[in-house]
Parts: sequence; structure tokens; C-alpha cells
Amino acid sequence: MNRKSIAVAIGATACAAVPWIITNDYFVNLASQILIYALLALSLNLLLGYGGMVSLGHAAFLGLTGYSTILLVLAGHDQLTTAILSVVFSTACGALFGVLALRASGIGFLMITLALGQIVWGIAYRANELTGGDNGLTLPARPVPFGIDINSASNFYHFTLIVFAIALFCIWRMTRSPFGAALCGTRDQPRRMSMLGHNVWMIQWLTFVIASFWGSISGLLYIYYNLFMSPHAISLQQSAEALLMAILGGATTLSGPIVGAVIITIVKNVVSTYIERWNILLGLIFVIVIMFMPNGLVPGCRQLWQSIQSRRKAPAPETKSASEPAP
Amino acid sequence: MTAPALEIAGLNKRFGGLPATRDVSLQVMPGERRLIIGPNGAGKTTLFNLVTGDLSADSGSVKLFGQELMGMRTPDRVHRGLARTYQILTLFPREKLVHNVVLALLGLDKLRWNPWAVLTGHRHLYEQAREALAQVGLADSAERIVAETSYGERRRLELAMALAQKPKVLLLDEPLAGLSQGERQSVRSLLDKVPRGVTIVMIEHDMDTALGFAERITLLHYGEVILEGTRAEVVADPRTREVYLGD
Repeated sequence: MNRKSIAVAIGATACAAVPWIITNDYFVNLASQILIYALLALSLNLLLGYGGMVSLGHAAFLGLTGYSTILLVLAGHDQLTTAILSVVFSTACGALFGVLALRASGIGFLMITLALGQIVWGIAYRANELTGGDNGLTLPARPVPFGIDINSASNFYHFTLIVFAIALFCIWRMTRSPFGAALCGTRDQPRRMSMLGHNVWMIQWLTFVIASFWGSISGLLYIYYNLFMSPHAISLQQSAEALLMAILGGATTLSGPIVGAVIITIVKNVVSTYIERWNILLGLIFVIVIMFMPNGLVPGCRQLWQSIQSRRKAPAPETKSASEPAP
Repeated sequence: MTAPALEIAGLNKRFGGLPATRDVSLQVMPGERRLIIGPNGAGKTTLFNLVTGDLSADSGSVKLFGQELMGMRTPDRVHRGLARTYQILTLFPREKLVHNVVLALLGLDKLRWNPWAVLTGHRHLYEQAREALAQVGLADSAERIVAETSYGERRRLELAMALAQKPKVLLLDEPLAGLSQGERQSVRSLLDKVPRGVTIVMIEHDMDTALGFAERITLLHYGEVILEGTRAEVVADPRTREVYLGD
């Protein structure tokens, strides 16, 4: 077992033990929220960090899954069928959004995703009869996976942790796969990749679909956690926060969006109880991190650690003995 | 009768009011070494971009071994045996040299769609990549990061990426540009070793090195083919001196 595997095992054990270490339900629920937003940021980071595509409409997948889950449950479908259909519906919308968004690149791509996100938000806000408008919709109950009640804070946390761990493993595998290598290639040199025989558009579109799938899974967790969906949950601010999580932690790394989600969720939920204008603090954190670690916290800390290590390893400069005659 | 490896007929491309290529036609036979020359702005790189599909032509035809390429996307042209190097280096500077060549190999491998397999587990790809690097004298640099290599090494890496794909037709856009005299000779001898199964079309300004390589030469001027012939014919023609070589 190498050091990396040991670190992963310790990390996984620590995560699983959270409800026993922190017995307060409020903080266990906060940990569940962190996992949900971390998954949303991880899915967005497939586009941003690995694909070089900046999206400002990713929260739409929270809404598409959330609203369809509630509507299907209210229509009388069982929870498992509902979950599958909601994720399929949301991912299919992602596939369509991808076709539209990939007609442009750079700022054009950003603006199209922003517009698509706003369309979903607009429908949620205006289609009162379907979505409840500003009042939102309520999910009657959480599912009971394999007969296990996930209503308690600790059980729900473990349920979320399992889903998150599966998602993280799949995303990790993807980033190390031939497809992941091709995706990074299209981010760095799209023209060159095309001339090497890679279908750049298809790679980007498939990534968009995969990102929407994992975004939809986080949407499913979101609706199970909150049991309520309103337009506020899928606003531009939500998409921007997910983007901020990925950038703050480090978009070029797998762990960066998780670190970003931890910081932003804690600032939003904990610090906001003490500081009214918590947004200012969040902005300040973001500016400071970007000033001193432009690639984000994880790559920045890694760089810092490496420079400390290399300084330690560097031989100390030779000191001249006192008896040595002056030149 | 053998079909030409590359057959261009009546190729036109305009950028607004400026004609970049005007009714360009040429045939390159299998195994041939063809040199494209012409002053700056003659339309040489545009011609390559039209052949590869980086630019779409206004009219005309491009055939690879008799197969029409017009209307086909760039990756599909590559899958039919076309490869190229760029005048301005387009590599993956943060990656290792071997990874650059692996990306080239992946481009023609169905494995590129696999989002689950671990790339480094596919040793055959890395072995092939190392072979391609050894072919251009970069075997010892396989694990180095591109950004830490010299310009000459990067030029050779471009060549390794193109050769790794075992192309039928290889387009080289100024492969000797920016190299020292020694490096030029080294790249030139590398090109001499490329098997005859690969047809080479090369744009080059270094006439001393390139003339010895070419069997036939095409002279472009203002987007038009004004002369084509053997090395001796083109060099002896007064139009070559007039528009390109000078007095």
C-alpha cells in the first residue's frame, strides 16, 4: 500500500466517521450540503478545468432534476423510477443544451450557457401551474433506499457520502482515461487535436453530457436533502457559486472543487450567522486566494509545499572557516 | 494507372476581396518528395490548410489516393492517411514528450472514446510512442516536459507525432524553420529515412537544404501555381529567380 492509498483510506474513514465525531445534527447536515455542492462543482469542473469550457448555467441541472422528481412523485410514480427518469430527463436536456452551447466557444459558450440557465430559471419562476412559481414545490418524502430510512441527519449524510464517493471515483477514472487525456488535449490545442484525428466537437459534447449527468445526480441529492425546490435554487447566483467553488479550490485538480465547496458552503451557512454581509467576506477570500494563488488553493498549496521541500533539500551554502585568509 | 497520392484541382480560396489561392492544381504521385516554394504571402500555408480542412475552400477538389476530401472534416481526413506539422509549433507544452505522441496515436485508436480505462495501463501505446521518439532521436527525452526542451527538440517532436500516425501523405510546413545549421542537417537526414510508402509535401524556405530533398518543385506566387517541374527545371527557370530566389 503506497502513501497515496493510505491517505485516501484515512480520508474515507474520517469522512464516514463525521456523524460520530460531530454529533450536532446541524453540522452533520452541513457536511451533507458540502458533499452535494462538491459534486455539483466537480461536475462543472469537468467542463471548466478539464475541457476549458466556462459554463454559467450549470445550476439548471439541479432544477431540472429537482422539479421533475417532485412532479413525478406527485404524479404517483415510485421513488426509484422517479430518480431514474429525472436523471435521464435532465441529462437529455444537457445533451440538447450541449448542442446549442457548442455552436460557440469562449465568451460565446459562456453566454449561451448563461441564457439556457436563465431559460430554465424563467420557466421555474413563471410557469406557476407546473412549478409553483416563486412558492416552489415540495417533495412529500425522502426515498427509502434498500429499506434504509435516510430521514435522520447521520443516515442521510452516509447516503450522500456513498453517492458522492461513487461519483468521485467515476470522475477520477475519467480524468485518467484516454477520453480524459483527449479532453485535456482539446482544452489546450483544439486545432492540433483535430489534426491528430480527434473529433473535438464530439469530445466536448460528450463531456457536456457527462457533466450534466453528474450535475443531475447532485440535483437528486439536493432535492432529497431540502425536500423543496424553488427558482432561487437554480438562479444565476447558484451557477456562479459552483463556478467559484471550482476556481477557488483549483480548476485543474480533482480535489480543488471539493475544497472550494467546503469553504463556500461553510462561509454561506456558518459565517453568515455572525456576519450579515457574508458575501463581502467570500469576495475577500476569493480575491486574496486568486492574488497569491492564481491557480487556486490546491495547486497553490502544492506549489508552496514543493518549494519548501526543495529549500530543505538544497545544500546549505559553504561557510568559510575563520582561519581562512581574507582574499 | 496509379492514382496520385494527392490531387488538387482548381482550388480557390478568398479572404474577403483577397484571393489566397487561385485555381491551384497539382498532382503528387505516391512516394514522391514535393517541395512547395514561393515568397511570403504566396498562399503556401493556406494551401495546406485547405488540404487538411482547417479552412474550407470556395471551390475546387482535393483527392487523397482518388478519394474526394472536400466536405470531409479534418479528423476524417487524418483517418484516411493525412498528417501534417505546423509552421508555428502546436504542441502540448505542459505534458511529457511521450504523452504528446500518445495523443497522436490515440487520435487513430478507438480507445480514445474510453472514459473508464486508465491510459497509462495501455503499455502498447507508450511503447509505440517511445519508438516514434527514438526514430527522431528523442528516445532519452521521452519523460521530459515539452516546455523544458529546446526548439530543435520540439521540431523533432512534431515530426515524431506525425510519423507515429503512419501517414500515407505527410505535409510538412517549414520543418526547418528556426533551426541551427546542424539541426537542419539532422532533420533533413531524418526525412531521408522516412520510408517511400509515405508521400511528403514540404513547404520550406531553406533552399540549400530543401532542394536536395525535393524531386519535384511547385512555385506559388500570389496564390497561383506559376511553375512546376523537376529540381533542375525550376531552378533554371528565370521566373523562379524573378519571384523567389532573386538575382
